[in-house]
Amino acid sequence: MTATPEVVSTTPRQAGGAKIPWRKILTTIAVILVVIFCLAPVMWQVLTSFKVNEDIAAVPTVYFPTRYTLDHYIELFVRRPFWRYILNSAFVSIVSTALALTLGAPASYALARLRPWGGKVILAGILIVTLFPGILLFIGLLEIIQQLGWGNNYLALIVPYTAINLPLTILVLRSFFEQLPKDLEDSARVDGYNTFQMLWQILLPMTLPALVTTGILTFIFAWNEFIFALTFITREELKTIPVAAAQLGGASVFEIPYGPIAAATVLGTLPLVLLVLFFQRKIVQGLTAGAVKG
Amino acid sequence: MARLELKNLNKTFSPKVIPVKDVSLTVEDGEFLTLLGPSGCGKSTVLRMIAGLEEPTRGQIRLGGEDITFRRPGDRNMAMVFQSYALYPHMTVSENLASGLKLKNIPRAEIKQRVAEVAQLLGLEELLNRKPGQMSGGQRQRVAVGRALVRQAQVFLLDEPLSNLDALLRERVRADLKQIFATQKAPVVYVTHDQTEAMTLSSKVAVLNNGYVQQLAPPDRIYSHPANLFVAGFVGSPQMNLLTLPCRGRYALLGDFQIPLLDIPTVPPQIVLGIRPENVRIAQPEDEHIIQGRVFLVEHLGMHNLVSVRVNSSHSEPQTVRALLPTDQVWSNEEITLALPPQSIHWFDVESGDSLVGRQRVETMS
Repeated sequence: MTATPEVVSTTPRQAGGAKIPWRKILTTIAVILVVIFCLAPVMWQVLTSFKVNEDIAAVPTVYFPTRYTLDHYIELFVRRPFWRYILNSAFVSIVSTALALTLGAPASYALARLRPWGGKVILAGILIVTLFPGILLFIGLLEIIQQLGWGNNYLALIVPYTAINLPLTILVLRSFFEQLPKDLEDSARVDGYNTFQMLWQILLPMTLPALVTTGILTFIFAWNEFIFALTFITREELKTIPVAAAQLGGASVFEIPYGPIAAATVLGTLPLVLLVLFFQRKIVQGLTAGAVKG
Repeated sequence: MARLELKNLNKTFSPKVIPVKDVSLTVEDGEFLTLLGPSGCGKSTVLRMIAGLEEPTRGQIRLGGEDITFRRPGDRNMAMVFQSYALYPHMTVSENLASGLKLKNIPRAEIKQRVAEVAQLLGLEELLNRKPGQMSGGQRQRVAVGRALVRQAQVFLLDEPLSNLDALLRERVRADLKQIFATQKAPVVYVTHDQTEAMTLSSKVAVLNNGYVQQLAPPDRIYSHPANLFVAGFVGSPQMNLLTLPCRGRYALLGDFQIPLLDIPTVPPQIVLGIRPENVRIAQPEDEHIIQGRVFLVEHLGMHNLVSVRVNSSHSEPQTVRALLPTDQVWSNEEITLALPPQSIHWFDVESGDSLVGRQRVETMS
């Protein structure tokens, strides 16, 4: 073995001392800017919802209030049936999400594995449907709702939401099913599972991450949807949060109740934030625990 | 337990893709049949048809005399071990073992007892509460075998169960498998492309190629009496020397040397001579069939050297013969004389590839 002696530089680097880590500093600044850009509007809403009315209207603007109040929140629940709005939103969103998943999972499995005749055409059709802006369907839907007499009925929201979300569900789940090893299904069939048992007991637990992801997307869409909810529902006790928040009015025509609107926004967003935070952990868990071979 | 019969099985995916053309096999109780063949020979498709995962285009599958050709896989009472093990990743080992039994509505206590028995047999007790993701390849493999055993099925099907293990582990598991399935009375059908597995494990080997059974015989007979060129070339490592030689009179010409033909009614213009490298040896003075040549390649295999010799030839293209020779001598680039013992020479028909010796033996036997 011949060892080449290492060349050691004896001259010290710059007499001035440590070099300034520009990279680190710039990255940090960039991160801070992005965070501010993303979170500032949210923060603004949250802070506004806790400000007293004088601070909201004050000039110059009070950015960080010194006086806090819960009046706006209390007002929402006292003067308005806000619990009812939350309940409506939750009911409509949960039911349409559940429907989209229960209809979408078997459909996407069939498309992925049974390879039905004309499956490609069906897929193309599904993809094209997602390209339509929802607003284009709106007039037609209104007619249909009228014909069916579904105005002021949860169904008027649940059915369109499910229909709009189905393509996404099917596309995402189908690609997930295609990734699953085929041996697992063969093994399940040899073990005596029939197709539905196999789907529910073997495949769906493994597709949990995909189910949760699509479920969250579907839920967020249904929770935030505004135009259908505004048009198809006019009765106060059936309204969903986005509509209710938009329709908050003051005591007079000239008063805009910024405080309660901010409070309603916060309340309307909070469930989504919690939902995503909770399930995000699930998604990560599901992804790491699904190993088949290694 | 029951005998498994395949009658003229054919699987046609499309006019050009016919993985299984015509396969007939019988596996008796307690028999260990290996389907051996290169990839794409249709062996996995045969297994999948037995399991019911593919429907045969033609033919019949019978189990214990009953026609089960179109029965659902779950109703056949067969257990299968997959190459990828196919353990349910979201279930623990004990749930994996119990899943098939639960579906059959077997009482809880019995399930528990059977799982415990199998776990003890395979040394899985420590792992029962783990999930597949937390286990090594060898452990998963054992669980996969356990899942088959716990079913107490009428037929065991194994699809290359060892090919995902590393070489050392494979040898050990192979020995384990042999012991485990020796105690099972049910027929076992084992698919592999590894001839060592086929030789060591099975009581009968079916060599498959091109969708046909090339030879169905006990492993030693497959080795000693290959039925045709394909089997001769596929089974045995290093590969058998297969030389196409011109015939003259009662002799085949290997380079400048004459090898006497066996007693066949008509001498064809050409014939294929087969001899395994381990049967070729350094010539002794008393040897009759000898060839001479120059060593041009020596490969060390540990126990032996695999020596490639170019046979001296004055008129035709030089032929190459490979021989397994002892390692006590350096052979490289030497002129050597080799003996081809007549009892180890196989003769094959050039056109059909069928063994000429085999045919003769069968005739004398019957």
